[in-house]
Amino acid sequence: MCRHQANIPDLTMWDQEIRQMASSHAIMASGVFMATVVPAVLVPGFSVYGTHLLWLYSVAGSVTVVNITLFWLLGVSPPTKKNTLNYKVSRLVRSCLYLLLSCLFFHTVVVLYGAPLLETALETFSLAVLLTSLTTLRCVCVLGPNVQAWIRVFSRHGAMSVWDTSLQMVVGCSIVGAWLGAFPIPLDWDRPWQVWPVSCSLGSVIGYLTGLVVAPAWIHWHRKQLTYKSK
Amino acid sequence: MKKLPILALLLWLCALFYVAIFLFVSGFLLVRLEVNRTSTCGDVLLPGGREHGDFCQGQPRFRRAVLLIIDALKIDFARFDPANKEPRPFENKLPVLEEMTSSKPSHARLFPFRADPPTTTMQRIKGFTTGSLPTFIDMGNNFASSAILEDNLVHQLGEVGKRVVFMGDDTWESLFPKKFHRSLPFPSFNVKDLHTVDNGILQHLYNTMVGDDWDVLLAHFLGVDHCGHRFGPDHPAMAEKLTQMDEVIRSVVDRLQDDTLLVVMGDHGMTDTGDHGGESQRETDAAIFLYSPSPLFPEPSSQSDPEVVPQTDLVPTLALLLGIPIPYSSVGQVLLPLFPAHRHTAGAPAGLSQAEALWINAKQVNRFLETYSSMAKDIPPDSLSRLQADFSRLSSEYLSMVNEGRLPSPELVASLQRYLTSVRDTCRATWARFNPAKMAAGIAVLACACVLCYVLSEMSSALVREPRLLRAPLLTAAAVGVCVVAGQLVVQGYAEGSWCLAAAALSSEVLVLWRTRQTRKSNAAEGRGWLTLPDFFMTPAFLVLLLRCASLLSDSYVIAEGRVVTFLLFSLSLYIPFRLNWDGFLVPPVHDPLKHAGLLPSPGLSPSAVRRESAAVLAGLGLLVASLYLSLSFHGCREEQGSCQPSPFLWPLSRVQDSRVKNLHYVLSLASLGAWSYTLRRWLRHYGNLNSPGVAVFTARWILPLLSVCLGLHWAVAATPDDSFRNLAELIALGQRALPMAAFALLGLGLALLSLDPLTVFIKTRAAAPVRSSASPPPPRYRASTGISPQAELHHLIPQLYQRMRRSLEEGEPARVPEGEGRPAVEAYGLGTVYSAPLVLLVGLLGLGLLLLHPEGMALSFLLMMLEMGAMLQIHASSVTLNNQQGARLDGFAVSWTPLVLWSLASTQFFHATGHLPTFPSIQWAAAFVGFPGGHTGTMLPATLVTLNTFASHILFAVACPLLLFWPLVCEVRGGRGGRGGGEDGDDNAIMEMRLREVPQQFSSALLQLSIRYLFISGAQVFASVCAAAILRRHLMVWKVFAPKLMFEASGFLVSSVFVLVGVTLVMRVDVAVGRWFQRLLPDVSR
Ligand SMILES: [Zn+2]
Ligand SMILES: [Zn+2]
Repeated sequence: MCRHQANIPDLTMWDQEIRQMASSHAIMASGVFMATVVPAVLVPGFSVYGTHLLWLYSVAGSVTVVNITLFWLLGVSPPTKKNTLNYKVSRLVRSCLYLLLSCLFFHTVVVLYGAPLLETALETFSLAVLLTSLTTLRCVCVLGPNVQAWIRVFSRHGAMSVWDTSLQMVVGCSIVGAWLGAFPIPLDWDRPWQVWPVSCSLGSVIGYLTGLVVAPAWIHWHRKQLTYKSK
Repeated sequence: MKKLPILALLLWLCALFYVAIFLFVSGFLLVRLEVNRTSTCGDVLLPGGREHGDFCQGQPRFRRAVLLIIDALKIDFARFDPANKEPRPFENKLPVLEEMTSSKPSHARLFPFRADPPTTTMQRIKGFTTGSLPTFIDMGNNFASSAILEDNLVHQLGEVGKRVVFMGDDTWESLFPKKFHRSLPFPSFNVKDLHTVDNGILQHLYNTMVGDDWDVLLAHFLGVDHCGHRFGPDHPAMAEKLTQMDEVIRSVVDRLQDDTLLVVMGDHGMTDTGDHGGESQRETDAAIFLYSPSPLFPEPSSQSDPEVVPQTDLVPTLALLLGIPIPYSSVGQVLLPLFPAHRHTAGAPAGLSQAEALWINAKQVNRFLETYSSMAKDIPPDSLSRLQADFSRLSSEYLSMVNEGRLPSPELVASLQRYLTSVRDTCRATWARFNPAKMAAGIAVLACACVLCYVLSEMSSALVREPRLLRAPLLTAAAVGVCVVAGQLVVQGYAEGSWCLAAAALSSEVLVLWRTRQTRKSNAAEGRGWLTLPDFFMTPAFLVLLLRCASLLSDSYVIAEGRVVTFLLFSLSLYIPFRLNWDGFLVPPVHDPLKHAGLLPSPGLSPSAVRRESAAVLAGLGLLVASLYLSLSFHGCREEQGSCQPSPFLWPLSRVQDSRVKNLHYVLSLASLGAWSYTLRRWLRHYGNLNSPGVAVFTARWILPLLSVCLGLHWAVAATPDDSFRNLAELIALGQRALPMAAFALLGLGLALLSLDPLTVFIKTRAAAPVRSSASPPPPRYRASTGISPQAELHHLIPQLYQRMRRSLEEGEPARVPEGEGRPAVEAYGLGTVYSAPLVLLVGLLGLGLLLLHPEGMALSFLLMMLEMGAMLQIHASSVTLNNQQGARLDGFAVSWTPLVLWSLASTQFFHATGHLPTFPSIQWAAAFVGFPGGHTGTMLPATLVTLNTFASHILFAVACPLLLFWPLVCEVRGGRGGRGGGEDGDDNAIMEMRLREVPQQFSSALLQLSIRYLFISGAQVFASVCAAAILRRHLMVWKVFAPKLMFEASGFLVSSVFVLVGVTLVMRVDVAVGRWFQRLLPDVSR
């Protein structure tokens, strides 16, 4: 597939790959957008602040569906060595397990960052689900259920394709967005978006969208400097 | 190692910060001494043998008074302009005042009422009840509570038996606890709540007025002020609020009786945004409206009414009108229009005449001035003597007039007025004015000091190489200071110390900066331009420091400081492994060696060592995160944090009622105490520091455990309820006194022993006496150099010695005789941690001493603090090892910014996690009575104890700061062993801290750099809070949040810097001792 041709400095190839990425990112962004707009039309009383958890899960769900579909269609994920059903099932099970673990991981980290332990456990866990869908899910889709590859991808020379680079960016932006989202919480402004976890989930989604925009642009901009070692 | 130049440089840097803080604080925080004397009726004896002996027995002009205080009633709100056809929301909303003054000119009058800064409600209430000029810090002996101890109206009214009924803002209740006949306080804290206080007052006001259960009625409305804070004055809500007040005034006026005086007044004004606190005219100019159903002003608008009534003048006026003595510390002057010009022609039956009132007033003010000037020296002496001369002249003039039976002349009245005015102006100049010049100078010196710290920390190696670099600029600066003194003496006749200091500090800073710039320019080798942004400003460490500083500018963040710092600390510590991974150091390269063998240089660390170091980083991170999270449960609560519950561990055990909880807490504390001591001993033993017979080891072996035992016993005794063991009461009392004393003594002894001989090295020439004589231990080439001085020989010899000693660095591990050689082995236990062991011991001792000053439950928090320190050191050490795995150290022993920022943040974090808060009510005063249950006679000792208690975490982290330099070396041996295990030559790796002695220049420069960087980080935070106080001096929260924060940050810096110096001094002391030790050893070995 294209990921193996990426180390050839062929600009047309590059352009095609970047265009592919840009369009898939546009679909992902529009998925987030639809997840906000469609329930607003269908569900009475829906609003981002008021029924925040509903919005959160709708975004998380749409991101999940769009991601899985797109990456499956694009076939970005690493080629499986074995094609047996057993292997596929075990991969699927491991993916689900990792996603669940990632939810718990994010929940723990957020609690350690200062979220209340018990009172808002549901809200905190929902944020963890959202963060998982924005970050870990993409890791699973791009790299497969392989934690070592995930760790490897977040190093300076760890990216091995444009999809890896975009993964770095999207995940980084989402996390930084959620981190920044915590800043307005202590302020005494009494705004609806300061309620836990609205600002953080908004921050992470905004960061995610930023990442979706920035990644293709950055790769396009630096396409001449980028070289990938083949795996 | 160059000791004195380094210490001098550090001292000079600290002094710069001190000067800056002193300058700013003396311009910003005005300090006044409280005079705790009260006036009595006897003080007011009228001269000339008047008929009524006791002033208080006489018939006062008014029997009763109603004071309606409308918070932030600006003069603009009270004025009425009939020509204004389109009034803004705050204009023309109080028509009642205008109606009364125009329809009954001899009954009512409206004046602007000028408050003195700080224009905050609490200071203003103090001001118009004591008649003085309260500053932010009124130095008195009521640190612990906010109650007014100075003489005041409420007190005087109570003395003569007048019943004072109060309703409204609950600030009054804290200022005058139990002073009111009846009191109906309502919560004033929520600024967004416009109505609770006002409606509460209105429910009771009219009923109370109609009844006869009062003599003075105080009602303090808050709605207008809160409306200003919430919406600003130009808002429909303000119109509503003022209209409501208009109705209130009307209703009160309707219910007044003839013998009652009505005062409607604001305590301060507000800016156009609705804030107050500063000194602009909008903030200071409130309104005062005086009314009485009986004629109040004898001659309707006859003589010149004052244009503005200063707020201090209310106190003497009200006092004399109600027939009570003027409060002792009042510096106000009676409002003359309210007194008849001549006693006998006046309509009012028993009022004082103007001259009499002024005379009483002047005598009182003079008495206060004499008392104050004997206690404090802040009033300029020349104006003081002028005032005193004025008074004695006036008094003889007045007395002769009265004795001759003449009526006082108008000239005398006018000069009495002038005297009073000049007293007030003198006092105001001393106490009630920010000094913007000093504030600006302070900020400038502070900013320069921070820049300087940064620049010097970047060129520490150059500084160590040529310590004379800074001599010329410093001498010039001292000369500038002297010149300024001389100039001041010539121009003014006297010199002001602060300006000389400012001039000297600023000039030295500028000169040194200029000098360093030149050095940098000439040092082309450095390659970096002076103005290009260095690396530090691009790192997350800097971002975190920046965020931390920015957070000091917002009141919400200061209130939530404990959480904010923890958040930042957590973020920065998570960044470390992320960064290591990003650089590819966290995981060993997984590629098969065949492929990359030719391409990459072979890594310095074997994959197993990398894996172990990575695990160490992650384990350290886990420990750090766990202790961070657990430490959150030891926080106290500010009053601004509504739903916060203070930590249960903050209660002293003696106050815990439930005995099971008490026992549990006691056992927990004891366990943490034991863990603290055990961990320390374990560490020392692990690195072989518990073997020598020296005094430092004695301290570690005996004093440390004894101290813990003392502490545990002290807690047990202190927690014993007073009534449980009656027959043991004396013993318990003795224990409460003796145990802490013993602990202090042990601590003192330990510190003294440690400074006497900090070496913990144990040397043993093992089984070598016969062998030694046969084989010469040092290789011959060194022995042959007889012509070289002993110093040089020592220099050459020492590396040889290390080669021997490194093998015996680990505890218990006997020095292995090198295979196949019959040479003697020199065993030196603990040489590898010769620098860090005394430091660790010092931290342990100090920690126990400081824990003694805390509530028992804080033992857990102290244990967490130690674990967190260990975790940070471990992370730092392992990440240094991982970062250096590709090759040798690039920059000597320099400690990078990230661990230092973490270190500094952790000190703030544990300030909170030991139950402290940057507010004055949260100071743990109980610390002053540990070991002194009967109290103190002086103030120095309790102040020291409270300071030590408050800044415990600052002290520990500052002292332990040099550990950041040593820890990577302490941990190095493991990497070396791993290396040897991997078949490499690990010999060079295993000399741990002795590496530092091989390159004394680099050691000095790293130590200097470390301390300067720590000072920079602390100093930047002081700078931020100074800026916050300066920029936000009008902010609602300035006296509640920013000014206390500034005080704590500045004091924390003071304490930290002192203890950084202590730590550095200890390291140098160890260095000297190590040098001597080698010298002693030298003849031994070379014989
Ligand atoms: Zn006020
Ligand atoms: Zn106010």
